[in-house]
Amino acid sequence: MIYKGRAWVFPDNIDTDVIIPARFLNTTDPRELAEHCMEDIFPGFSKKIQPGDIIVTGKNFGCGSSREHAPIAIKEAGISCVVAKSFARIFYRNAINIGLPILESSEAVEGIRAGDEVMVDTDTGEIKNITSGEIFYAKPFPGFINDIIKAGGLLNFAGGGQKNV
Amino acid sequence: MGMTITQKILAEHAGKNFVEPGELIMAGVDLVLANDITGPVAIKEFEKAGGKEVFDKEKIALIPDHFTPNKDIKSAELSKALRDFARKYDITHYYEVGRMGIEHALLPEKGLVGPGDLVIGADSHTCTYGALGAFSTGVGSTDIAFAMMTGKCWFKVPESMKFIYRGKPSPFVTGKDFILFTIKDIGVDGALYRAMEFSGEALKYLTVDERLTITNMAIEAGAKNGIMEPDDVTLNYVKDRAKKPYKVYKSDDDAQYCDVREYDVSKLEPQVALPHLPENSVNISEVGDITVDQVVIGSCTNGRIEDMRMAAKVIKGNKVHPYVRMIVIPATQEVYLQMIREGLMEIFVEAGAVVSTPTCGPCLGGHMGILAKGERAVSTTNRNFVGRMGHPESEIYLTNPAVAAASAVKGKIAHPMEVIKNDI
Repeated sequence: MIYKGRAWVFPDNIDTDVIIPARFLNTTDPRELAEHCMEDIFPGFSKKIQPGDIIVTGKNFGCGSSREHAPIAIKEAGISCVVAKSFARIFYRNAINIGLPILESSEAVEGIRAGDEVMVDTDTGEIKNITSGEIFYAKPFPGFINDIIKAGGLLNFAGGGQKNV
Repeated sequence: MGMTITQKILAEHAGKNFVEPGELIMAGVDLVLANDITGPVAIKEFEKAGGKEVFDKEKIALIPDHFTPNKDIKSAELSKALRDFARKYDITHYYEVGRMGIEHALLPEKGLVGPGDLVIGADSHTCTYGALGAFSTGVGSTDIAFAMMTGKCWFKVPESMKFIYRGKPSPFVTGKDFILFTIKDIGVDGALYRAMEFSGEALKYLTVDERLTITNMAIEAGAKNGIMEPDDVTLNYVKDRAKKPYKVYKSDDDAQYCDVREYDVSKLEPQVALPHLPENSVNISEVGDITVDQVVIGSCTNGRIEDMRMAAKVIKGNKVHPYVRMIVIPATQEVYLQMIREGLMEIFVEAGAVVSTPTCGPCLGGHMGILAKGERAVSTTNRNFVGRMGHPESEIYLTNPAVAAASAVKGKIAHPMEVIKNDI
């Protein structure tokens, strides 16, 4: 899959309480969660996103709680994929399991600025900064993790891909 | 090549003789846990995927502990979804308000987790059970939906880091201080994707309650799991509680570690983690004058009976500072009852503290003690992230229960020795 959008840049150690504060976890409605995405550090973030936009962030993105509401809020808000130096491990598996594409590349994060146009090819791991012309490569996903991603998430994968979208 | 205790438990549950770090496996699980926040998302996914039955109704624990007793209509709907699912599938280990406790305090207490088990939970602090010699880790709701259907979960076998604690800790230096100091040393992503194996003779001075505090916070260093080899203290705790047979694993002498660190805890002071990351710990002697609006003693980190005893010992005969709200939250009904039996309730109430029923409550800014803009809390919980306990401009300082109690008395962050009126 190829995704194209503007980059929204966030620093290291963005925790899940920042991505979606616990006071909004009294719902499971993705739309409602999306409205509050990143609200405490970036009021109005969800309204500024254009579908396809990309989050570019530092190390340990998604640290803290296991709430799957965090990748759900990001995905529903219109973010197409997240490029980070590294992901906290529960966020990593949650994103894979719900079909939110994520890529790890420190070089890409260093080479992309807020507002740059970015194109990501999740099949090859190529991350292109269209604004600067630079190209970076993310580490490929190991083993069956790639299959889960291609199936669009864990439950689709488990269902033999029958419910692929 | 030998294996670590983490590798051995994963290998056994994947039906393999050997697994190596980096290997992807599908493993059978002994217990699947979810709560009133993560459970309803898992149930939605379970139903969306056409789930018709659960793999084993004895191996699922559903615990409404985060926003309970329910704080508003929406959270009541979440609890209802969990309750309805539990009744529909006749889930054995569903604990209703009045019987429930904070999940990571409740499961060890009820003997639902034992040495050698593989446990997954849709809560990041599921890593707590490693203190009993189990492999346990936090996962997401979709993982729980998949596991409730199949009894399985996918894992990448982690590398292990070894932490060796030497010496005898001073009074009021607890398991909480061991782990805060360790997180300060390696950072909030210092154990990312890895297992943290805790060892060394200093652990023998710690009760199981204190050990559970250490493994509980492994996630705050990014770890997949925290784990300890069971010893006599562990087995003594487990033997009267275990609901099923358990198996003791130990790491091989030639097991591989990607990092080994040794700490002399005899020189360790109580630690205070400053806002807004758990890695920001300083010695209490270096904190300076930090006034406090609220003190919280509780959570899956420090809400067990030993924590309550320690806080009560410090607060006994003292009064909570006029400018402070002190909130004490026993983690389970058994802790609550034991506090009544031992007279701890009376000590807290006479001091001017409020004692709540079990709930995660303020730890995640849910209810029962939310901070206003600019307010400051000393808390025995596990995270001091921006906005974690309320307003984005409030602050949380993480400490052990004795320091929290002393701070409630002084109205500022204080060493327990400054206020204690009993023999130690």
